[in-house]
Amino acid sequence: MGLFVLRRLGVMLLTAIALTFVVFYLTNLQPNLEKLARTEGSVRMTEEAVQDWIAQNGHSGSVFLRYGQWLGVVPGWTYTDEKGQMRGRCFAIGQDAAAAPDYCGLLQGNWGFSTFFKTPVMASLGDKLAATGWLMLAVMLVMVPTSLILGVLSGMREGSATDRTLSTFSIASTATPEYVSGVVLVALFATAATGISPILAEYGLIEPKKTLFLASATSAMDDITFWNFTLPVMTIALYGIGYIARMTRASMTEVMTQQYIRTARLKGVPFRTVVMRHALRNALIAPFTVIMLQFPWLLNGVVIVESLFNYKGFGWTLVQAASNNDIPLLLACSVVAVVVVLLTQLISDIGYVFLNPRIRLA
Amino acid sequence: MTAVAPDIAWDPSQPILEIEHLSISFFTRLREIPAVMDFSCTVMAGEAMGLVGESGCGKSTVALGVMRELGKNGRIVSGSIKFKGRDLARMSDEELRHIRGSEIAMIYQEPMASLNPAMKVGAQLAEVPMLHSGMSKDAAWKLAREIVADVRLPDPDRIINAYPHQLSGGQQQRIVIAMALMAKPALLILDEPTTALDVTVEAGIVDLVKELGQKYGTSMLFISHNLGLVMDVCDRICVMYSGEAVETGNVVEVFDEMRHPYTQALFRSIPLPGADKNARPLISIPGNFPLPHERPPGCNFGPRCDYFQKGRCDASDVPMYPVPDSDRHETRCLRWSEIDWTAPPAKREVKQKAEIGKVVLKMEDLRKYYSVSGGAFGGGAKKVVKANETLSFEAREGETLAIVGESGCGKSTFAKVLMGLETATSGSIMLFDENVQSTPIQKRNTDTVSQVQMVFQNPFDTLNPSMTVGRQIIRALEIFKYGKSDAERHDRMLELLDLVKLPRAFAERMPRQLSGGQKQRVGIARAFAGGAKVVVADEPVSALDVSVQAAVTDLLMDIQRENRTTLLFISHDLSIVRYLSDRVMVMYLGHVVEMGTTDQVFAPPYHPYTEALLSAVPIADTKIIRKRIVLEGDIPSAMNPPPGCPFQTRCRWKSQVPGNLCETEVPPVQVLEGGHQVKCHLSRDVLAQMEPVIKVAAE
Ligand SMILES: Nc1ncnc2c1ncn2[C@@H]1O[C@H](COP(=O)(O)OP(=O)(O)OP(=O)(O)O)[C@@H](O)[C@H]1O
Ligand code: SF4
Ligand code: SF4
Ligand SMILES: [Mg+2]
Repeated sequence: MGLFVLRRLGVMLLTAIALTFVVFYLTNLQPNLEKLARTEGSVRMTEEAVQDWIAQNGHSGSVFLRYGQWLGVVPGWTYTDEKGQMRGRCFAIGQDAAAAPDYCGLLQGNWGFSTFFKTPVMASLGDKLAATGWLMLAVMLVMVPTSLILGVLSGMREGSATDRTLSTFSIASTATPEYVSGVVLVALFATAATGISPILAEYGLIEPKKTLFLASATSAMDDITFWNFTLPVMTIALYGIGYIARMTRASMTEVMTQQYIRTARLKGVPFRTVVMRHALRNALIAPFTVIMLQFPWLLNGVVIVESLFNYKGFGWTLVQAASNNDIPLLLACSVVAVVVVLLTQLISDIGYVFLNPRIRLA
Repeated sequence: MTAVAPDIAWDPSQPILEIEHLSISFFTRLREIPAVMDFSCTVMAGEAMGLVGESGCGKSTVALGVMRELGKNGRIVSGSIKFKGRDLARMSDEELRHIRGSEIAMIYQEPMASLNPAMKVGAQLAEVPMLHSGMSKDAAWKLAREIVADVRLPDPDRIINAYPHQLSGGQQQRIVIAMALMAKPALLILDEPTTALDVTVEAGIVDLVKELGQKYGTSMLFISHNLGLVMDVCDRICVMYSGEAVETGNVVEVFDEMRHPYTQALFRSIPLPGADKNARPLISIPGNFPLPHERPPGCNFGPRCDYFQKGRCDASDVPMYPVPDSDRHETRCLRWSEIDWTAPPAKREVKQKAEIGKVVLKMEDLRKYYSVSGGAFGGGAKKVVKANETLSFEAREGETLAIVGESGCGKSTFAKVLMGLETATSGSIMLFDENVQSTPIQKRNTDTVSQVQMVFQNPFDTLNPSMTVGRQIIRALEIFKYGKSDAERHDRMLELLDLVKLPRAFAERMPRQLSGGQKQRVGIARAFAGGAKVVVADEPVSALDVSVQAAVTDLLMDIQRENRTTLLFISHDLSIVRYLSDRVMVMYLGHVVEMGTTDQVFAPPYHPYTEALLSAVPIADTKIIRKRIVLEGDIPSAMNPPPGCPFQTRCRWKSQVPGNLCETEVPPVQVLEGGHQVKCHLSRDVLAQMEPVIKVAAE
């Protein structure tokens, strides 16, 4: 088992390097750099000046070398201008170049300086990630149990009325993208003029607030409450619930037709026990992988929902970084995303082995 | 909870199971499929009732009907199933649940599929008494351990803590049996419990079932398509045909004095000792089994019956007639008292023995090793599986050489090497004096490829489902570059259909419109398309019903006689091997342990493994006395073979060999009289003292 994890970690590392290189390459394409030069320097720079700026700020030369510098395995660039002023990756203007370290990349903890937030990337990303972490946690807490219960309930008696009702619900919820369900939810629950809020307000049930839930999650950055957090969480969870419930249902119906389920029934095991003890564990093997693979996908939903509800988390940051050509921040975001994806992969592989005794090592 | 009626009401001299006029139908969108019609049978306490019949005749449906487990679309249409006097067909679900598992238990065909893969064996066993008699968990696990020891599994403590996939097929089936016995049921239903197992393993399971039945006084409903097995296990038999019971009675009476034409035809189509492909060929039952919704009027067996009389047999439904002066013997035949049951079959034609010619195929010291990686995650050291170990033999023109052995003995690997689907690790294969040992199939010229052809085990997988039968045969002809024009190939295709005795109209049919036997014929036609000189038939009939088996085997033999083909017949079924082969090669764990003419191999001296194999094969003949040798344990894994003689872990003769030769040295091949080869350390004296396993009882 140890060896297996070690090998998987090795493969993960290689994948991470390859993926981040691709992102690095794409964000550092010439047009991006020119745009950067114009925003950092002056918008009216001449073509030549732009090229000079790029060269003087360490953005020229081989992309491999630049990637190495960013990673921290190649010494950072330095540039001495005609005035003898030294500039470099590892020290600010005016600092003593000799005292600065040679290497300063990701590995040394130097994630760069966000051109948009004007703060070090590490600092600006840290609390954004924490905010998103809370959101994801809440989504998982709602989504996983709900979808598993729905899937198992509809899969245990295929074709029954329960099955058909629940299946209709899950298909509808997967078929609705977040930007649609988000807007619908807001209209239904979080506007003072439409939906159910005016009715509830009339009976004085939601005093002193005007709406059942809040349409903006900005206040949840400081203090998470039922009122401000429900809608963003539900918007993301709804889509996932439908999807995972479908998977669970498929796997459950398949398990219920297996011979060992018949064996259990013919042993006289009551139906409820057949489901709980004999079917459940076997039925969860497939959806488990799906749930783990939902994590990276959640990042995606997070981008939409955070923008929609104005919740300043990772997704919102990503949107800002991309629209403002903030290369260091964009790179950092992609590193985070890649790591999350690969880690969930690893956990899903290991968990699969644990759930399924057939492939567990003897 | 509904009160369960007390058992005291039931008088043990009454039948434990009484099925009366049971009809079961499946309802599909198109139509109602009457799978079982007017079926009656009675099982007394402690009795074992055998249920036999061809595939699809409704055996499993009866069993599942008794369990009331007919799925969503199956329903008991009429009749009653009385268990200990109470009608199961009218019981509430809750009452039924108390009977299932505690009073009636069921075992079915695939042991692996019937055990929960994610639950420990012990937990699955312990569940039964915890459920039905409210036993505590500890006590239930203790009982589980006892029963596991009862079904003679080694190391019960390890086994109850194992997961099903960690056990072999034979061990899994023993666990399934243990599970059925946990609550000491009064009735045990076994639906083909050994079909998925090897013969030597099957023999062990059958012995176990019989012994446990006696020990606990359990009644049994034993379903099988193997008449020999039924004779071994059961007291009474019920023969089914197309959803009906056609004959029922005491096993010996039905076997010796059958009173229904179908039963008679069935016995004439199975290769019993004494049958011979030339002098006394098998007689197949003509025609096909009617589908449940296409049954003929009157007697269902009418269209295939030799004694059919127009106007009588097809007039109205035939009831069961009791045979006087018998042990509850009944038959569903109008003419049973008119037929001369002792008359020999009319149309048995004696055939000419094929002449055996020059050597066509010669293998010398052939070895095939596979290297496989160890652990499940790809780690671990590489291991070598010795699939074939120094094989040497030759096969002649017009000869049938049978290769027998149980699963994993290397039969199929051998066939693959010969076909060029795999290349041998060392040794030589000479085909018409050309060495093809290391030539994979892609590099063989079409001549060689068309000369060696194969007929596969499963006729269902080998045909392209979306191409007509004719087209598939023409494809084969194109590959072999036969003929100059399409017209020529088309003609040849029609000839081939004639050759395999299929109507020419079948050229236009799709594979799904054919029965199993017909598909296998198409497979044979394809194999002979290029005028093959050597045909490897890998278990060509084992997926087919007995009545069809006879027809397909005879077809193979006829074509062989005509084309003087060399036939390598791979099989685990010794009855059919004895019937059709000239020479036999017995394999065990990649070694050829015995080789000789059919007479040499089927008579002493035997190799100890052959002896056990022969004694394990059930024979449906009451006059045959068989010595029972039950092998302990399972076949060792080819990945981890024992040192010395491959058979030493299960051999009962080992003590006759001085020292520990068997454990340390691979035995040499001894050549006995007439070129009979035996790979064993036993001295010639000991070999000479061996007694025959199968004897015909003195009349
Ligand atoms: N669920 C089902 N729906 C429709 N038809 C069915 C169903 N189950 C069985 N049948 C049909 O009922 C008939 C009897 O089937 P059954 O399985 O009892 O045969 P069997 O004698 O057990 O055959 P085998 O030897 O192959 O196990 C067959 O014609 C089969 O096609
Ligand atoms: S009733 Fe007629 S057709 Fe049917 S088995 Fe008897 S003789 Fe044959
Ligand atoms: S060599 Fe020994 S173990 Fe092997 S078959 Fe002969 S007697 Fe048995
Ligand atoms: Mg069956």
